[in-house]
Amino acid sequence: MPDEREVLLDVDHVTLRFGGVVALNDVSFSLYKGEILGLIGPNGAGKTTCFNVMTGVYKPTSGGVLFDDKKITGKKPHEINRMGVARTFQNIRLFPEMSAIENVMVGTDSRHYTSVLGALFRLYRVKVKPEELPRVNSSNGLVRTWQQVARTSAKIFGLSRHTLEERAGERKSLELLRLVGIEHRANELARNLPYGDQRRLEIARALATEPKLLCLDEPAAGFNPAEKEQLNQLIRKIRDMGYTVLLIEHDMRLVMGVTDRIVVLEFGKKIAEGTPAEIRDNPKVIAAYLGESADAA
Amino acid sequence: MTETTNEGRLSGVSNFFAGVGNRWRGLPKWQRGIGFLAFVAFLYYLPLLGVPGLTWLRTDSIEGGNNWAGVLFTCAVYVLIALGLNVVIGLAGLLDLGYVGFFAIGAYAVAIFGSTQSPVVKSLQDKFDLAPEWAITWAICIPIAIALAMISGVILGWPTLRLRGDYLAIVTLGFGEIIRIVIRNSTNWSGGPAGIASIPGPQGAPSADNHIFGLIDAKPWYWLALSIVLLVVFLVRRLENSRVGRSWLAVREDEDAAAVMGVNPFKFKMWAFAIGAALGGLSGFLFASRQGFIEPNQFNANLSILFVAMVVVGGSGNMAGAALGAVLLAYLPERFRDFSEYRFLVFGLALVLVMLLRPQGLLPSKRRARELKDRQEEVAVGA
Repeated sequence: MPDEREVLLDVDHVTLRFGGVVALNDVSFSLYKGEILGLIGPNGAGKTTCFNVMTGVYKPTSGGVLFDDKKITGKKPHEINRMGVARTFQNIRLFPEMSAIENVMVGTDSRHYTSVLGALFRLYRVKVKPEELPRVNSSNGLVRTWQQVARTSAKIFGLSRHTLEERAGERKSLELLRLVGIEHRANELARNLPYGDQRRLEIARALATEPKLLCLDEPAAGFNPAEKEQLNQLIRKIRDMGYTVLLIEHDMRLVMGVTDRIVVLEFGKKIAEGTPAEIRDNPKVIAAYLGESADAA
Repeated sequence: MTETTNEGRLSGVSNFFAGVGNRWRGLPKWQRGIGFLAFVAFLYYLPLLGVPGLTWLRTDSIEGGNNWAGVLFTCAVYVLIALGLNVVIGLAGLLDLGYVGFFAIGAYAVAIFGSTQSPVVKSLQDKFDLAPEWAITWAICIPIAIALAMISGVILGWPTLRLRGDYLAIVTLGFGEIIRIVIRNSTNWSGGPAGIASIPGPQGAPSADNHIFGLIDAKPWYWLALSIVLLVVFLVRRLENSRVGRSWLAVREDEDAAAVMGVNPFKFKMWAFAIGAALGGLSGFLFASRQGFIEPNQFNANLSILFVAMVVVGGSGNMAGAALGAVLLAYLPERFRDFSEYRFLVFGLALVLVMLLRPQGLLPSKRRARELKDRQEEVAVGA
């Protein structure tokens, strides 16, 4: 059955050593388009390290990662992001001094083209549809005249790509903030947001880069059961929007409830792979989490 | 923690500034526009102002003369430098201790290509059989100066922007010195330690016929520099409020997270460096055309430190702050020339006091002030 589906991400015999420590030992697994894959394992099993290899933070000692049939090992983090991999961080890493919406806009910027010259001189003009023209709505005569001038010039010369991209970015960021449920906090600084909202903001920021694959690193850490349930629904919603999701999570109920398949790591090695039901009954997984019983040893 | 409050010894001052700032931001847009225009008009009027305590500045070049407009011109050039360095230090968060290098390159660009006495112009005259008064026009020297400074910024940045923090500071400090020493030692094209004279202004090489941009009256020079400063403020503001400004901020706050979110940190740091270098070159250009004569020792490392001090004392990350720092550090030494022997002592003491009492600068960007506070708390927790 899985063979008929399209492989989006292929982790191919990845080994990563830090000196004498083997962080990942010959790990291989595939991720199919449109599924939610869980990556679980005890603390220190190498889950986050695996994320770091996939997003270009670490280079594997041997083996490689294919994304969309293209090799991504050795590429820089921003190039990998451009190819369609986005992630959140286990220890939240927002831009604390930027407002929530600015954080998300950094994500939308990754799909925009305006750079220094475009922002400085704004000469690259784009024709706009009538509904996007500046509006004339002031009751003050002077301001109204000014607005009319702006509207007419926009009609004739179009608007700069910078302006259009800024607007599109703002609009999309607001939509994403609404999706994760923190639209009302758009203008608050990220550092002032409550913990749960910071986690949600990270997801919005990652989605803003228009990824094909969204990697969530323990998004439910520190959540209460009600929040976990909300997150569960959010992840499903994101999957239904067409994203593929890779989820690292400790909370077994969440993982078992939301994922299609699960890969289990222990001490940098893959010890099991399968559907949640298979994983639940897998003796190796039970041993990894609970320790082996005396008579089995 | 709720809204940031400024605790500490200068809390009265900072709360006053914060109050003024908040009230200013609370005004409607058109009122702010009118306020800004009035301020600009005042700036243009400044050289004609005659407040005795403020504007009487002794000069040694004219007997009993007053150099108020000349000092204003220096202030404007320093503001331009501060704005450029603010892009590098305040916006992109890169500590550049060799900024004088770009200043020198801009100054030497107009000297080498614009002065009839420069070895390069002389050899061009010989080669192409040109008249002895031929040199490249002042206006064409502007893009040359900016381009040369920018290129040197890119050449310096390419290998060094991979370094972080203190390492970058050390490399740039070396760069500033290298530029000065290379200029001093290459007699065959830079004039060497003797310097280059008769550097042109907008009306050509210095002569008694230059009625507007002459050596005596500095007012037109000040107005020229002020106009350039205003143009630069306008352009840098555009950058700040765009994708570029956001990327700089993101890289400054968390470079790795920014990279994973699709920001190419190297590219945007490079742009910050190049823009900073271009503005440094432009200010060097203005400085040299007003001076009419430059020599390598005017561009020593002290000046780099002074430039960084302007940004840091004023408040890095905030253009108004950096400009205020520049004006203070350019004006005060001139005002207290009479105590010239103790000038730098007082200057140093003032710097130390500012760093102790208000480390975020006199007029900091709100964001930078909070970042600095976080660092202090981290250190306090770590200790």
